[in-house]
Amino acid sequence: MEKLRFHFDGGKVAPAATPARIVGVVASGNLEVLIEALPGDTACAIEVATVARGFGAIWQAVMNDFFARHPLGGVRIAINDAGATPAIVSLRLDQAVEEFTRPRERRHG
Amino acid sequence: MASYYEATARERLAGLLDPDSFVEVLPPTARLVSPHLQALDLPTAFDDGVIIGGATLDGLAVQVAAQEGGFMGGAVGEVQGAKIVGMLARARARDAAGVVLLLETGGVRLQEANAGLIAVSEIIRAICATRAAGIPVVAAIGGQYGCFGGMGIAAGCCSAIVMSEEGRLGLSGPEVIETAHGVDEFDSRDRALVWRTVGGKHRYLMGDCDVLVDDRIDAFRAALAHSLRAAGGLDLAAVEREHAMLTARLDAYGQCGDGEDIWRAMGFDAPQDVPMLATAALVAARQSRRAA
Repeated sequence: MEKLRFHFDGGKVAPAATPARIVGVVASGNLEVLIEALPGDTACAIEVATVARGFGAIWQAVMNDFFARHPLGGVRIAINDAGATPAIVSLRLDQAVEEFTRPRERRHG
Repeated sequence: MASYYEATARERLAGLLDPDSFVEVLPPTARLVSPHLQALDLPTAFDDGVIIGGATLDGLAVQVAAQEGGFMGGAVGEVQGAKIVGMLARARARDAAGVVLLLETGGVRLQEANAGLIAVSEIIRAICATRAAGIPVVAAIGGQYGCFGGMGIAAGCCSAIVMSEEGRLGLSGPEVIETAHGVDEFDSRDRALVWRTVGGKHRYLMGDCDVLVDDRIDAFRAALAHSLRAAGGLDLAAVEREHAMLTARLDAYGQCGDGEDIWRAMGFDAPQDVPMLATAALVAARQSRRAA
């Protein structure tokens, strides 16, 4: 396993009471993304645990793109990755943000 | 209509339980991951592959566990097992109206060796203790990975089992049988043979599963609610009835070499057509044979 950390400042701070969300599954070629509000903090802190060693530069590029799309602050994002491609990682991150920022009531219809 | 087979464990819970009623215990934010997988430098999941908590299902106060087949084939490790056992103890402490187990698992997580084996035996003991306390425990099986190994035994200890045609239930999985006894004994790549042996339709005809439903989350929801309300208790008379049924079944079909032979012995004139029957037609055929 390789552990990576990314840190972004200057994002729009999420309300501290926003419930945590998890999307995805730790299955081959897939990943899970856990997103939580980080009360009292303004940064976007991302931690990754991945089975694929040596792809730090690609992860950095994917995360830079992600923060450009979704400049969030006051959040902690944790990823367990089982070899997802960069496109899958980006889609899961977008899905996590969508769930995290969606109004809570009647979520399941 | 949402497919149960295609859904993740979390999506199944969202569709099965009453809206916004689920309160998760030890959610992913608790980060209670497997110490064994960490020690082996293998990927972990924040919920260790099982979601537990309390909710209402059709108004019934239930405790639930949902295994995620995508994570290590739903295999049971020490943490996952402890979560399920704890949920069952919680059901007894709160005198729940029932327990729902969404099983999707290959059995013991081999990486966790004895800790996984002990976990599965503790789950079996906890299911029996919960039923003995008068609380029905109902299992649903309809995911890609089926329900095998020690968790196949655990399913058999439940008050009722709800399956879809796509679901599979067994002890040794097809690949395990082929590895141990050779391809002549069981060809695990013969999917028709696998489903004739462990698939939902066969399990329903044999009486191993109580309700056969179409692969829809709303169909599972209705069947689980019905099974929770209809489940009988666990007492000596119930166990003796089960043993009598198993003895009669062995006497009737013990010489059959294939599911198709059993269906012929059951009175299906065209047993080769059974796998193609729609769920409703199969259920009607079994009920008419029971009545006869």
